[in-house]
Amino acid sequence: MSGVLVETKNLKKYFPHKLGFVHAVDDVSLKIKKGETLGVVGESGCGKSTLGRAILRLHEPTDGDVLFGGKSILHMKKGDFRKIQTNMQMVFQDPYSSLNPRMSVNELIAEPLKVCKTVTGRTAMAQKVRETMELCGLPERYNNIYPHEMDGGRRQRVGLARALVLDPQFVVCDEPVSALDVSIQAQILNLLMDMQERNNLSYMFITHDLCVVRHISNDIMVMYMGQVVEYAPKKEIFEHQAHPYTKALLSAIPTTDLSRRNRQRHVLKGEVSNPINPEPGCRFAPRCPYASDKCKEPQVLTEIAPDHFVACHECCK
Amino acid sequence: MKKGQMELVWIRFRKNKLAMLGLIVMVLLMTVCLSAPLWLDYSKVTTQSIINAYQAPGGGHIFGTDQFGRDLFARIIYGGRISLFSGLITIGIAFVVGVAMGGTAGYFGGVVDTVIMRFCDILMSVPGVLLSMTIVAALGQGLVKMLIALSVAQIPRQARTVRAAVMTLRGQEFIEAAKCCGTGNTRILLKHIIPNVLGPLVISVMSGLGGTILSIASLGFLGIGIAPPTPEWGTIISENQASLMYYPFLGIIPGLCIMIAVLSLNFIGDGLRDALDPKQKN
Amino acid sequence: MEKLLEIKNLYVNYKTDEAVVHALNGFTLDVYKGETLGLVGETGAGKTTMCLSTLRLLPEDIGEVVSGSIKYNDIDIMKASKNQMRQLRGAEISMIFQDPMTSLNPIMTVGEQIREVLDLHYPDMPPKKRDTRVDDIMKLVGILPERKDQYPHQFSGGMKQRIVIAMALVSEPKLLLADEPTTALDVTIQAQILELMKALKESFNSSMVLVTHDLGIVAEFCDNVAVVYAGSVIERGSIEQVFSRVKNHPYTDGLFNCIPDLTSEAKRLTPIPGYMADASNLPKGCKFADRCVRCREKCKETEPELQEVDKGHFIKCWYADERSGET
Repeated sequence: MSGVLVETKNLKKYFPHKLGFVHAVDDVSLKIKKGETLGVVGESGCGKSTLGRAILRLHEPTDGDVLFGGKSILHMKKGDFRKIQTNMQMVFQDPYSSLNPRMSVNELIAEPLKVCKTVTGRTAMAQKVRETMELCGLPERYNNIYPHEMDGGRRQRVGLARALVLDPQFVVCDEPVSALDVSIQAQILNLLMDMQERNNLSYMFITHDLCVVRHISNDIMVMYMGQVVEYAPKKEIFEHQAHPYTKALLSAIPTTDLSRRNRQRHVLKGEVSNPINPEPGCRFAPRCPYASDKCKEPQVLTEIAPDHFVACHECCK
Repeated sequence: MKKGQMELVWIRFRKNKLAMLGLIVMVLLMTVCLSAPLWLDYSKVTTQSIINAYQAPGGGHIFGTDQFGRDLFARIIYGGRISLFSGLITIGIAFVVGVAMGGTAGYFGGVVDTVIMRFCDILMSVPGVLLSMTIVAALGQGLVKMLIALSVAQIPRQARTVRAAVMTLRGQEFIEAAKCCGTGNTRILLKHIIPNVLGPLVISVMSGLGGTILSIASLGFLGIGIAPPTPEWGTIISENQASLMYYPFLGIIPGLCIMIAVLSLNFIGDGLRDALDPKQKN
Repeated sequence: MEKLLEIKNLYVNYKTDEAVVHALNGFTLDVYKGETLGLVGETGAGKTTMCLSTLRLLPEDIGEVVSGSIKYNDIDIMKASKNQMRQLRGAEISMIFQDPMTSLNPIMTVGEQIREVLDLHYPDMPPKKRDTRVDDIMKLVGILPERKDQYPHQFSGGMKQRIVIAMALVSEPKLLLADEPTTALDVTIQAQILELMKALKESFNSSMVLVTHDLGIVAEFCDNVAVVYAGSVIERGSIEQVFSRVKNHPYTDGLFNCIPDLTSEAKRLTPIPGYMADASNLPKGCKFADRCVRCREKCKETEPELQEVDKGHFIKCWYADERSGET
């Protein structure tokens, strides 16, 4: 496919645990096109954050491959990777802990430039910082302010400015709005989308909020205990969702739409457990209302409609 | 630490009366001792005059005189220079080495951590004064050697404090954010981690300083610290051991000095701990 | 309907190093018997402060009720003795906190923790009966009574919240204050817990104040809603009145506009401009004036009162009758 910027092939990340291995990310393949957004949805512990970090090599993947612009970045020399790394940035969930409390706004935004040297010379650097701050809606008077003096929304703007100051092509957004109030959340989401249009950015947007993901994504990937259960264009997921887990997620979201108030909810029983040395079968089966013996066999991602993949034998019939 | 935060710390520190008292006493003590050569002749420290031995405090000699008729006031002031100075230098060495060791152990973890921390555990399992005594015994007597001995005893404590602080910081997202744009380990340690562990470190340095002054005095009292006739608070007490029963002021005055210095440092440390804690807003 | 809790013109301040924070500014709210009231607002709006004031649990030396009154049934909370308050807390009024991880004692078994509530409030109840009550409530919240000898760390987040709910409900309180009970939980677990709370509340016939920042939760689980902004209630009404969006406070309106939902096709969201008013330096007129699309001169000068626009629907705005869409 042309225009693919980021691609993973059977990416795996296992963490050692006293009882064996936690299969945090298990066999995930995805493609993100230039200028588009992939939304990754799932509950806490489903491996979505680990996936984002594995792509950026913040966690070194156990197996599989990550391609950026068609080149594998896992087997690159350190120096070559450093160069590519400036193209792949990350915005973090917690605007409280993702900024060094001892650095001022100006220092925080200039720091990536000092490290990566994408812009050299003092005046050019100052110019770049000023531009980025303006883009992210931070007036110049914030230059000498420290993170603890700002509220969550402004801090997240600083976090975004730090990622964008390097002019990346790909940004992993790890729950960038979950910690914010709704009115501020909308400001940040709009800002993210403006930046995408302006710089033709690709996003990987990690969240547990299906409403947010529907708003911002082109494609959506639903994860459960480290595995992809459904992967399809946004429209398909919201109109023809197939996997029982996706259905349950969608039905569980409370909405302000009063007509949905008395709908039949699929309330799931039980809770997510830890993917430590998991059995080969469907990991959702213990909570699934339609589980049968066939679920004990490994489930394969199957294309049930164009670009719509589901890992459930029931749905593929 | 930057200006804005420093000001806040100072405002909070000022509210703690005991800490302020400690700070004032300490500043006074330091000024008096350090400026001594400007107004007090060193010869007074060593000049003996047997006729004047054991004079009670007051009169010509504010603090009286010792068994050789030496002026106790001069000896206390010059002794303070050595006690406070050695304390500062010792803790300075312990600080630098401790930060390096603790920072490395905490940041890298794994084998590096195990090796460094087990080494610290071994050092810590020996009582501080005993450890210093052993080192002095091995290296021989002298100011420099004593300083080395005392720093070695202090290093594990500093290293532990730093390691614990670094380990909590290591998991924070801003460290990941720094890695994300390719920041190397050295820069992460120097720019992002060390400035953030200064808070807990200041406290352990303050109490360490108090502890060191006590250790210097103990070593002095045991006769393996500073060689006489150079005065030092601990040695002064030890020299006058025999006559303490009849002339208690010879023990009480240097003892009080040690106590005041250590107490002030502890008060300052407590005050700083509260002032540096951002949660203590009230 | 009968009033259970009546908060009138409550002003609460927090004193910090730098400034005095005005957490509640003329907070007025009635909770009726048997209702489920959603209390919506953003961080710092004063939702939690309201709960803590009702239980008289404001942090000592820092939090202070400046004026106003809180009445529970016929008891004046502000004047009640310490002993009286202790009897109210847990027995008559219970509170569920946001974080189930920190609201349980890690070194007591969950059974002991639930039983402790009964030991405190029903010393006359025979011990046998207390044990059966503990078993019953555990069954009700969906935890096998056999697990009562386990410790909190042996339970998952959702299970812990069930235990917290069991503790809050074992004494069958008349009023339940739930402070963001599901914020720390995943959506599928959130649905379980909310369904459970709704069912239990109905079976004990208590009133519930559900504090949340999520309008969706309110729409699905509450009968009535009160919207809080900068320490006062700016809109109060039934779910139908508020969510039909015929008449709304401009802030409520703004909230609706800025949440992405499952049906709209809009390319961009419409955020409320600006940031929440600084609680240590509040404007003298309407607190929302500088972010408001309807703002006129009058708003900056004088603060409006809650006005009844329909029966039981109150809006604190000078131009409450203006339709939301038109502005």
